[in-house]
Amino acid sequence: MNLDELQEIAEQQREAEAPFEHRVQVCVAASCLSSRSDQVKNALEADVKARGLEHRCKVKGVGCMGLCAAGPLVEARGKHRTMYQNVTPEDAAAIVESLDKEPVERLVLPLEMPFFAGQKKIVLENSGEIDPEKIEDYIRVGGYESLIKALTTMSPLEVIEEVRKSGLRGRGGAGYPTGLKWSTVQKASSEDGKFVICNADEGDPGAFMDRSVLESDPHRVLEGMAIAAYAVGANRGYIYVRAEYPLAVKRLKDAIRQAERLGVLGNDICDTTFSLRIEIRLGAGAFVCGEETALIASIEGNRGQPRPRPPYPAQSGLWGKPTLINNVETYANIAPIIRNGGGWFAGIGTEKSKGTKVFALAGRVRNTGLIEVPMGITLREIVFQLGGGIPEERKFKAVQTGGPSGGCVPERYLDMPVDYESLASVGSIMGSGGMIVMDESSCMVDVAKFFMDFCRTESCGKCVPCRVGTVHMHELLSKISRGEAEWTDLELLERLCEMVRSTSLCGLGQSAPNPVASTLKYFRHEYAQHIRERLCDAGVCTISQPSEELAGVEL
Amino acid sequence: MKNKVQIKTLKIEGHDVSATGEQTILQVAMENNIPIPRLCSVEGLSSIGACRMCLVEVKGTNKLLPACVTRVEEGMEVTVFSERLDGYRKLILEMLFSERNHICSVCVVNGHCELQTLAMKLGVTHVTVPYLHPKVAVDASHERFTLDHNRCILCARCVRVCAEIEGAHTWDFKGRGIESRVVSDMNEAWGSSETCTSCGKCVHVCPTGALFEKGVSVAEMSKRKQYLPYLTMMREEVKP
Repeated sequence: MNLDELQEIAEQQREAEAPFEHRVQVCVAASCLSSRSDQVKNALEADVKARGLEHRCKVKGVGCMGLCAAGPLVEARGKHRTMYQNVTPEDAAAIVESLDKEPVERLVLPLEMPFFAGQKKIVLENSGEIDPEKIEDYIRVGGYESLIKALTTMSPLEVIEEVRKSGLRGRGGAGYPTGLKWSTVQKASSEDGKFVICNADEGDPGAFMDRSVLESDPHRVLEGMAIAAYAVGANRGYIYVRAEYPLAVKRLKDAIRQAERLGVLGNDICDTTFSLRIEIRLGAGAFVCGEETALIASIEGNRGQPRPRPPYPAQSGLWGKPTLINNVETYANIAPIIRNGGGWFAGIGTEKSKGTKVFALAGRVRNTGLIEVPMGITLREIVFQLGGGIPEERKFKAVQTGGPSGGCVPERYLDMPVDYESLASVGSIMGSGGMIVMDESSCMVDVAKFFMDFCRTESCGKCVPCRVGTVHMHELLSKISRGEAEWTDLELLERLCEMVRSTSLCGLGQSAPNPVASTLKYFRHEYAQHIRERLCDAGVCTISQPSEELAGVEL
Repeated sequence: MKNKVQIKTLKIEGHDVSATGEQTILQVAMENNIPIPRLCSVEGLSSIGACRMCLVEVKGTNKLLPACVTRVEEGMEVTVFSERLDGYRKLILEMLFSERNHICSVCVVNGHCELQTLAMKLGVTHVTVPYLHPKVAVDASHERFTLDHNRCILCARCVRVCAEIEGAHTWDFKGRGIESRVVSDMNEAWGSSETCTSCGKCVHVCPTGALFEKGVSVAEMSKRKQYLPYLTMMREEVKP
């Protein structure tokens, strides 16, 4: 496979699509599938056939189109470009019939709405455009050209330089500069090989960015990994993906097989001396295995527990070899960076946070789904424009970012730009991209309790502060939520937060107090209300026994 | 052939000390009779940095570093005892006491227990968090030894000595978080373990009364773990 052959495939693919006047694209990613989009697709196909339109109209399964709340989504392209929402198999006939006429008014989802118009797509540029199960369709839109460009016209150091220039930072949560990480692995000497790992163990409650990328555009991730492997000098790779994502696993497996068959993965890729074998490893549902050292232990077949760093995986990772480990979204950014240059990427975003970020918008917001926005956009734009605001005219309360490692951002910081530093400065983190909107019907004590319950059950049990500290913090939060706590309990809670943060072994424990600390900082009055008045304003907590005794004590 | 030995000098608790580059802060401190509190680390076994008792402050970084796995660096300034560290250590010990059912007055190692000794040394007079009082089992199926989960602090010394020194790997963990338990083989009764050689090393490295010899009563069991460093040293010498 060389560039000419690749472009020939792309050309063939384009020619094959050209005769179709109409294309009807149906989302076949997990969330639309769960609301019967496969049946919608079958019904559309059957209807097209029944009308004898097979030669003029193509029905195609594509990846996620973003607005999961309105699924199943169908996009009709031809005479008009229309997005349809909440499509049922019964609507198929109407949609096919309307192809040459006006759109079906009752199903139309306006494409000019801010949810679509406010996005900037790099990672998700192919999601909703291509058939995720066909490598030829990925090649049609320029897929694997970046890999061939890197292999045939760039040295590994030039690839790293391009990534460094782009300013890309790790999309898994901590935001470590990707170019620097690659350079460290590249410099690490190893006689018997290095490894690249893709961390697809997405575990934050409410986050589904990586799943969507893997389901909608799996080749993009493989291409990114292959470029990374070439840059750092690795020839074996692993994708560690959670077993709870069966569709993503299936599409990845198919994608690897297709790529090997075409010679863009495997031995002597694209007629060069570079080889890369990628295997899939399934995670068994432990949140802590998203931590890199625990993930590596799990791939090795050991108990998934973190170990102290240093040594970092870049020096001593999988089986003691230098290992590059990046998140799904990080790898998905690589091909466009190589294609368009690091400078292009660095032109997007803020001074220290470049490019775009994919967020899974969930919670009390009208448009829940997946969005990709440039770094530096404000939270207010995300929640009130793209997200469409809070349903039922309720009052906004907070945005939770970063899952159980993040914090709650209150209303007063809504105009803050979304980037790594700003979020950290208000006690939250960028995280992997989970964004949960909360309104006045959420109780912040209850929210903190929820996340602490998560950390408590997901703690691996290796180090004492996290294993026992999270249990005690959860107990205290439950006590507060039941209206049985005293002021001393709040003091103890704060002491525990401080100790668990400072002394835990890995990121899970170190960040476990964040949801508590940030709610204590911005919503202390809610804690006070539970303790002093034995009341929960949001009406979420079940107060065991209201009492007047402690009224009047100053916080 | 040995590599050139690099000598580094550093300060631990105000004392000027020297070390080879391969040594950890804990090793150097022990050589120089500077006590660093610890529970999971023991001479002769690999270090895992799990108990967090040996966390120290190093000038120039605001992260606390576990002395047992942190290698020395030239010019390091290490603080072992400070108000902040003492507070954390006490609270972590309270975590351990509250986690299981530690009742010294009826324990076979009363007076010889590393957990008890450390708590006394650090001045833990109260446990300020509520006791969790879990219902945990005692495995007395082995003919010579008993495993009492009530006293286990999950330091993994037994797991490591069995895997690294005895080579049997009878012990491991099951469950996660607060539900973690030490198990023999595939979570079978210790007495029916087919891999256990009954060597007793696990019993003697156990810092508490979780593993003990049958036939001893309250305060009668003291542990002999001095053999471990010699064993590892001898093995290092025969290595090719």
